[in-house]
Amino acid sequence: MCGIVGLFAKSAEVEERLGAQLGAMLAQMADRGPDSAGLAVYRDPAPPGATKLSLFSEDPEEDWAAVARELDPRHDGEVAVHASHAVLVVDADAPTAQALVRERRPDLRVMSAGERIEIFKEMGDPRRFVERFALAEMQGTHGLGHTRMATESRVTTQASHPFSTGLDLCLVHNGSLSNHNRLRAELRREGIEFQTDNDTEVAAGYLTWRLREGASLDEALRGCLRDLDGFYTFLVGTADGFAVLRDPIACKPAVLAETDDWVAMASEYRAIAVLPGAEEAEVWEPEPARIYSWERAAV
Amino acid sequence: MPVAEPGVGVETVDLATTPLRELNARLHGAGGAGIASRWRVVHPHGAHAVAVGIDAEIEVDVDGHVGYYCAGMNQLATVRVHGNAGVGLAENIMSGTVCVDGYAGQSCAATGRGGLVVVQGDASARCGISMKGVDIVVHGSVGHMSAFMAQTGRLVVCGDAGEALGDSIYEARLYVRGVVTSLGADCVEKELRDEHREELGALLAQAGMADADPAEFRRYGSARRLYTFDVDNAGEY
Repeated sequence: MCGIVGLFAKSAEVEERLGAQLGAMLAQMADRGPDSAGLAVYRDPAPPGATKLSLFSEDPEEDWAAVARELDPRHDGEVAVHASHAVLVVDADAPTAQALVRERRPDLRVMSAGERIEIFKEMGDPRRFVERFALAEMQGTHGLGHTRMATESRVTTQASHPFSTGLDLCLVHNGSLSNHNRLRAELRREGIEFQTDNDTEVAAGYLTWRLREGASLDEALRGCLRDLDGFYTFLVGTADGFAVLRDPIACKPAVLAETDDWVAMASEYRAIAVLPGAEEAEVWEPEPARIYSWERAAV
Repeated sequence: MPVAEPGVGVETVDLATTPLRELNARLHGAGGAGIASRWRVVHPHGAHAVAVGIDAEIEVDVDGHVGYYCAGMNQLATVRVHGNAGVGLAENIMSGTVCVDGYAGQSCAATGRGGLVVVQGDASARCGISMKGVDIVVHGSVGHMSAFMAQTGRLVVCGDAGEALGDSIYEARLYVRGVVTSLGADCVEKELRDEHREELGALLAQAGMADADPAEFRRYGSARRLYTFDVDNAGEY
């Protein structure tokens, strides 16, 4: 069992309160996943040519301003610190920025890279996560979160969701995959790197590989129906929106709801019930093996 | 079994301020005194296990969406949900009526042994799984694997049915007005005779669909090749 939540703002008011709403939704899903929690939020695009990185350090005393200058000597040291994570913008394209981290600070983990995405995840009670990472203060256009009850691998920060699947892309998962060992080996041969023995990371790696090979997000998700064996409800975050996919058997729950102000996805309706206007929302259960997606109009 | 006290008043319980266990305990007649015959539950906010285990001839109206297992194990009571219901609505219902204005999640009326379950919207996958005597009327459509291993009772679907309807069915009777994507193992279409039109008409009337014409439905049931095991049928399993 795990819990998934997602919120896509259709109004400025919801953007303003996005983190607070996602935090309330995550707290509702705490008992579906008490082991760890995570959030991906999309906001504040990096300037053209620059890359926004979310970094994680094991060291609670990490000097993040120093990290920024290590990566880029001209960096002004302005870093948004969120508990064990920090978000910083590096004046380089994404492959260069990620290579700089690997080369100069290999002890740090890159949780996400892109123009808008920020990922935070940590072990422990989801309600504590909401407080530690001050979700209530976060604004954004859309975001998705996860509460984890570990079944396929250890409880670690690395094995928490969301998993980055490429620039501005991420994945959260409720379910378990049965063919992840073989698929991981195949994807490694394609040059995809894995940090854990977690099944969801393989699904994320699969999407990364398909997208790298030129598939659209829709094609990559359709590929999951053919190539992934197991149970899943996926929520995939993109720079402009999110997409939902359930496996053809659809044992894992999912509820979608939409109003004029927002679109929400959750494992259970009670996570949606906390949103303003939920009682008037159109609410439905997504069909198995069908892709649902929402995108912001191009700005 | 608690005795319902006749009266004009309606007992209202607000789940925004009342713990769920307290609601259910009161519906079970906690305290030993008789209980009100009419109840209204407000602000359920998707809570699980609302109005489960009632064993009294009472009426309960729930205003809003409920989570999993609403009205599970119901006996005698009439429970109406004015909203949607999550997984396992009226699971193992014994008798009485459970009605939902909106849609019902997976495994609606699973293992139900009696009574009537009415879903005015669609019901999701595995509707009526392992039903053992319950009657289910869905105004909309049902998802895949509905009536899987259904033993007795009737499932009426006014819309369409998803893949593998009635897989491994025993003696339940299935009526579908729309398209059946596919039939499961050992489920076959059967002739709709007068006695079937009659029982279907009665079920539709009970479920608030008296206008629906039973002649528009098709009947499905067991080919009886699987459940009395015969080695010649081993390939069917």
